[in-house]
Amino acid sequence: MTSVPQVRSQAGPPVLDVTDLSVHFSAGGRLLGRGRDVVRAVDGVSLRIGQGEVLGLVGESGSGKSTVGRAVAGLLRPTSGSISLGGREITRLSRSQMRPLRRDVHIVFQDPYSSLNPRMSIGAIVAEPLRQHGVARGRERDRQVDSMLAKVGLRAQLRDRYPHELSGGQRQRVGLARALVLRPRLFVADEPVSALDVSVQAAILNLLTDLQEEMGFSCLFIGHDLSVVEFISDRIAVMYLGKIVEATTRLRLFEQPQHPYTQALFSAAPLPDPPLQRGRVRIVLSGDLPSPLDPPSGCSFHTRCPVAVERCRSDEPALTEVTGPGHAVACHLVDEHGPPDVAAAVAAGTAGTKEDRVHDQA
Amino acid sequence: MSALLEVDGLGVTFTTEDGPVHAVNDVSLTIQRAQILAVVGESGCGKSVTAMSIPGLLPENAQVSGSIRLEGVELTRLGAGELRRLRGKQVSVVFQEPMTSLNPAFSVGYQIVEVLRQHERLGRRTAARRAVELLELVGIPAPSRRLREYPHQLSGGMRQRVMIAIAVACSPKLLIADEPTTALDVTIQAGILDVMRTLRAELGTAIMLITHDLGVVADIADRVVVMYAGRRVEQAGVDELFAQPQHPYTLGLLGAVPRLSVTSGARGRLTEIPGMVPSLHEDPDECSFAPRCPRAAADCRAHRPALRAVRDEHLAACFHPGPVRP
Repeated sequence: MTSVPQVRSQAGPPVLDVTDLSVHFSAGGRLLGRGRDVVRAVDGVSLRIGQGEVLGLVGESGSGKSTVGRAVAGLLRPTSGSISLGGREITRLSRSQMRPLRRDVHIVFQDPYSSLNPRMSIGAIVAEPLRQHGVARGRERDRQVDSMLAKVGLRAQLRDRYPHELSGGQRQRVGLARALVLRPRLFVADEPVSALDVSVQAAILNLLTDLQEEMGFSCLFIGHDLSVVEFISDRIAVMYLGKIVEATTRLRLFEQPQHPYTQALFSAAPLPDPPLQRGRVRIVLSGDLPSPLDPPSGCSFHTRCPVAVERCRSDEPALTEVTGPGHAVACHLVDEHGPPDVAAAVAAGTAGTKEDRVHDQA
Repeated sequence: MSALLEVDGLGVTFTTEDGPVHAVNDVSLTIQRAQILAVVGESGCGKSVTAMSIPGLLPENAQVSGSIRLEGVELTRLGAGELRRLRGKQVSVVFQEPMTSLNPAFSVGYQIVEVLRQHERLGRRTAARRAVELLELVGIPAPSRRLREYPHQLSGGMRQRVMIAIAVACSPKLLIADEPTTALDVTIQAGILDVMRTLRAELGTAIMLITHDLGVVADIADRVVVMYAGRRVEQAGVDELFAQPQHPYTLGLLGAVPRLSVTSGARGRLTEIPGMVPSLHEDPDECSFAPRCPRAAADCRAHRPALRAVRDEHLAACFHPGPVRP
C-alpha cells in the first residue's frame, strides 16, 4: 500500500510518519473466549505530516478518524503498524519512555467542557502541562500562562475563573491554550469546532489558522464537515470504514474528487447558495455504513457505491497515485483518464440497485 | 385561502430563580400549506422555543402571550386533552435525537401501529399495512422486516426515518422538525432532506424546520426567518435572503460559514461576530445586536428597530440595512 503522498518538499524527516497503522478492538466475544469478534476501527492507514503542515482527516462516524488521532497522540496502543514522531518510533515505547515525547504531541477534543477539570481554575489548567513536564516554575510559569492566554484571545482576568463560568468558545480557547503551551511539534485537533455555533466556530478556525502560522506546529485536523476541514488544511485524507480512500492537496481534492465516496461526500454537503444548490446533481448513497465488525469483502465502499462493478466485490483496491503524483485514490474505477462520473451515472439513472448492476456485469 | 399557520405577536417568558427570561419576543410568522419555512439562528436565539410553543410542548414555567392559529383555530387557549389530539393529528414534531424519542422496549412496528390505532382508530391489520406504506414513504428498505426490529437495531439515520414515519402517520398538516439532521452524518442527512421533500410533494405537508445550518436552509427551505436574542431580525424568501441579506447579523452568519467553493489557493478568513449573545433577563429599548454590530450607531442604542419591509417581501429589523458585508 502506498503511503499518502507528500506534497511539500521536505528537509529532514516528517514530523509524523504513520505506516500501515491498524487498531482493532475486541467486541465482547463468545463463551470461553473462542472466536472473539474484532472491530477493525483502523485498518492499514499510512500518512505523513511535514513540518508546519496541516493534514485534514475527514470521514463520517465510524470511519476510524478519531481512533487514528488517539493512536497518534499516544492515547491508545495500535494493534500493528508504526507511528514515528520526528523520526522516533513511539508505538513500542513504555510509559516512562513515552513521557518526554508527550511534550511533542498534544490533542484537543470536540467537547471543551468535559475535557477541562471543573475544579481547576483556567490558569491552573493551562499551567498543568508546564508543571507536569517541569518546564517552568514560579513567575516564569505564570508569565508563560499569561502569554498563552493572550495568544488564544482570553483576557488575563479569566485566569482565576473556572470552566463552568466560561462560554463554549472560551472553553475551547482554554483547550487550545493547554494543548499549545508546551509548543508541541504536532497538534491533533479532534473535531474541535463541531460543538460550537457557527459564529464561534469561525472565530476558533481563524484563531487556529493564526496560531499555526505564528507557532509553526504541524497539525492533524480531524473533522466530519468537509467545508471546515477544507478551510483549515493543506492536504486532506478521506477515510471510510477504517481506511484512507483518497488523499491529496486541498485544492485538488476540491477540484477533482476521484473516489466515488469523496464525490458523494461533496455532493451531500449542502452549499449555502440556493440557486447553486438546486442545480446540483445529488449523489444520495443508499444504505448505511456497514458494520466494522464485519466489513464487506473487496472494496469496503462497494455496498453503497452507485458505480460499483463485480470486481469491487472481490478485490480490495490499493491506495495508488493513478492519475498522477500527489493524488492517491483507492478505487478500481479510477484510471489514468480520471474518475468515474458518479453524478452523471446517478442523473442518467444507470446507477440502479447494486444487485442489478452486478448481474449485468456478470 | 388563508395561511395554514398564523403566529401573531408571540411572546414566551420563563420564570426562573434568577428572574424572568424573555426567550421569545413579538414573533409573527405564517406558513402556507406545503410550504417549508426555516427558522435559523444560533443557540439561545429562541428558535426552538418558538416552534415548541405551537404544539404546546413548553415546560410549565413558560408564559405564552400572543396568538397561534392553525387553520383559524386558536391554539393558545386549548386544554391539555385538545392539545394532545392536535399533536397526534394535525401538528407533529421530530426532534434532533431519534434514539431518545423512540421507546427501546417496543418494536418499531408496534410504535407505528399504536399511533395509527390510537389516533386513526384503524384495525390491527389495516394499521400494519399502513405502517409498511409509511416506512416505504420514508425510504426504509425491506419495510416488513424492519417493523419487527427494535430501535437499538437501527442506525441513527434509520431511526430518524422511523421517527418521521411516526410523525406523519396521521397525515399532519404541519410537521415541526427541530434540528432533524444535526446528529446525523452528511450523507445520511441528504437522505432525510429528500424524505422531507417527498412529504411536501406527496402529502402536501407544511414543514417548520428549525436549524442552525445555512446549507440545509439553502437546500430545502422556501422562506426563512432569522432569529437573534428571541426576536426576528430578518425574514425573506430563501433566494432573496441569500442573494440580498440586509441585517448585519445575517451577513455575519453567512460570512462565518466556510465555503467549499473557495477556488483561490490562499486561505480565506471567516467573518467573526465579536462578543456574546446578550442576557435575556432584561429587554432594553435598543437593538439587541448593537453591542456586536459593526454598523451600530447612536440610533441603534437609543431605540429598538422595528421589523420593516426593506425590499419587496423582505423584512429586516435594522436602522442601517444593506447587503454590504461588514
